[in-house]
Amino acid sequence: MFVLLALFFAVMSPSFLTAGNLTNILLQSSILLLLALPMTLIIMTEGLDLSMGGVLTLASILLAQVAVATGSLWLGLGAALALGLAFGILNGALIAHAGIPPFVTTLGTLGIAQGLCLIVTDGQSVVGLPRSVPEMYSGTLALIPIPILLGVATYLAMHVLLYHTRFGTYIPALGGNREALQHVGINDRRLLIAIYALGGLMAGLDALLLTARMNAGHPTAAIGMEFDAIAAAAVGGTQFERGNGWLFGTLIGVLAIGILRNGLNLLAVPSSAQVACIGLLVILALFVDVLRGEQT
Amino acid sequence: MSGATTLADETRPGASQDLIAAGGRIAVVVLIGIALSLVSQSFLTANNLLNVLRQASLTFFMASGLTLVILTAKIDLSVGANVGLSACLAAAAIKATGSPALGVLVAIGTGSLIGLANGLCVQALRIPSFIATYGMLWVLQGFTYYYMGGETIHGFPPGFRALGSGYAFGIPIPVYLMVVFLVIGGFFTRRTTWGQEIYAIGANPEAARLSGIPINRRILLVFILSGGMAGLASLIFLARLNSAEGDIGETLTLPTIAAVLIGGTSLFGGVGTVFGTFIGALILTLILNGLNLLAINANWQPLVTGLMILLAVFIDMKVRARSEVG
Repeated sequence: MFVLLALFFAVMSPSFLTAGNLTNILLQSSILLLLALPMTLIIMTEGLDLSMGGVLTLASILLAQVAVATGSLWLGLGAALALGLAFGILNGALIAHAGIPPFVTTLGTLGIAQGLCLIVTDGQSVVGLPRSVPEMYSGTLALIPIPILLGVATYLAMHVLLYHTRFGTYIPALGGNREALQHVGINDRRLLIAIYALGGLMAGLDALLLTARMNAGHPTAAIGMEFDAIAAAAVGGTQFERGNGWLFGTLIGVLAIGILRNGLNLLAVPSSAQVACIGLLVILALFVDVLRGEQT
Repeated sequence: MSGATTLADETRPGASQDLIAAGGRIAVVVLIGIALSLVSQSFLTANNLLNVLRQASLTFFMASGLTLVILTAKIDLSVGANVGLSACLAAAAIKATGSPALGVLVAIGTGSLIGLANGLCVQALRIPSFIATYGMLWVLQGFTYYYMGGETIHGFPPGFRALGSGYAFGIPIPVYLMVVFLVIGGFFTRRTTWGQEIYAIGANPEAARLSGIPINRRILLVFILSGGMAGLASLIFLARLNSAEGDIGETLTLPTIAAVLIGGTSLFGGVGTVFGTFIGALILTLILNGLNLLAINANWQPLVTGLMILLAVFIDMKVRARSEVG
């Protein structure tokens, strides 16, 4: 499907297959990838994090404000990471200890994050950032653009975490078989909190790329981006009720959504219609998964 | 977990339990009312109280339909987006033909069809409801924006606008509608077989299936009713605002879910009442009204609503945990 999408747009629009455009797709996709990878892990625990877009936006605003106030990009990043981590731990604690279903917990914290975005900025953008901030998006390190480098590093880190650590082997069990974990004496609650904390932390890190790309902190910058992240995981074959997830699938899903949005942009399809397309894509992907689940 | 609830339901006089729960929530309403009348002089005026009731009625229309869905242990996250699309299509229909009746038909028809689509995704495609309706939210929102293309439709016939902003005997018309649907909702859930079957499905789906309840059809029904009520709510919004824009439903999902949960309906199904949701809508509206009277910026509303959702579910979890131990 991924190849078909790329072929379709290559035929439909001559500017699709230019080096500049393809790099652009990769750069934009890296922002989504940083959310979609932890989202995949969360979905594997039969969870969901609807607050990610809101937390990313709030972290981006905070990063921008701190960077403007102190002139230091790194202090801003530190604040963004701390904020993301705090929201992640709050989500995890409410889900693991209070037993509140993930979608409702994170819907509540989404409201809180979104509210804070408006309260802190009063609906205005934070501008006047030091030059070092936009350079994090446009700059390169060893000839490779920084966002792509960050995306690859995150992917590798998540891959190692999921497939080569003991922590990673417990993740599918958190969704499919939490009781088994308790029986072998593993603190499943702490694990669950750690997963959501990781999600929040990644949203904080992602704030760096988002803020750098926009060269501003905007109160609605990433509102709804959690949906693209969920869509990427769903398109990539992560299942919502069986603890099955596939990081490489999510990577493909992120690129597919990047290509879809980029291609529809080139064809001048309004972004509202793109959102509707992605929504339908998610429902279709989930349906295919249900069918696949029944065959096995 | 759900097994324990059914047992408890059978061994206790359910009605009196509901009365106690409702009594507690009414006491909360009174307390908030007293607190607000102490801090703000303009709270206890007829104008403001009627305003609160009218605001609450808007939330109640959406929340009462959603209550039925949540009673079956499903969720409908697309309610707000449903209101948005239904309102815009109805607005276009009224503008094009000048007929409010057609607008009513379009709004309730659109809402119900969206509900049907949700129900089919959940029961026929077997996609978990929170993710199916979340996907639907974006499909609807995207389509609404696309359809409106940034335009605003405004200016409707006075007869239609009375539906949202008119008065009869000094009381806003939506408030009468709310009372009507409160009675219908209470009767439907408590006194009809279908209503009882909805509770049974939520409390214990396996037992409901074994006792021959047509689960698929009932769940389809609750989604259609939830969608239809969203369509109805969209009419009241349209009549009240006298205009329709693409983003009309964007901020409605959070308060709707909050009203249901504050009203004591459990996310795990089988527990809750339409009357509770009415009280929930009232509590939420009172608090938001209080913020308003205290001149606190409207930017605070999503934060407060989010906190109230978490608080309501948290209390529900604690109560359930205690009743399971006891």
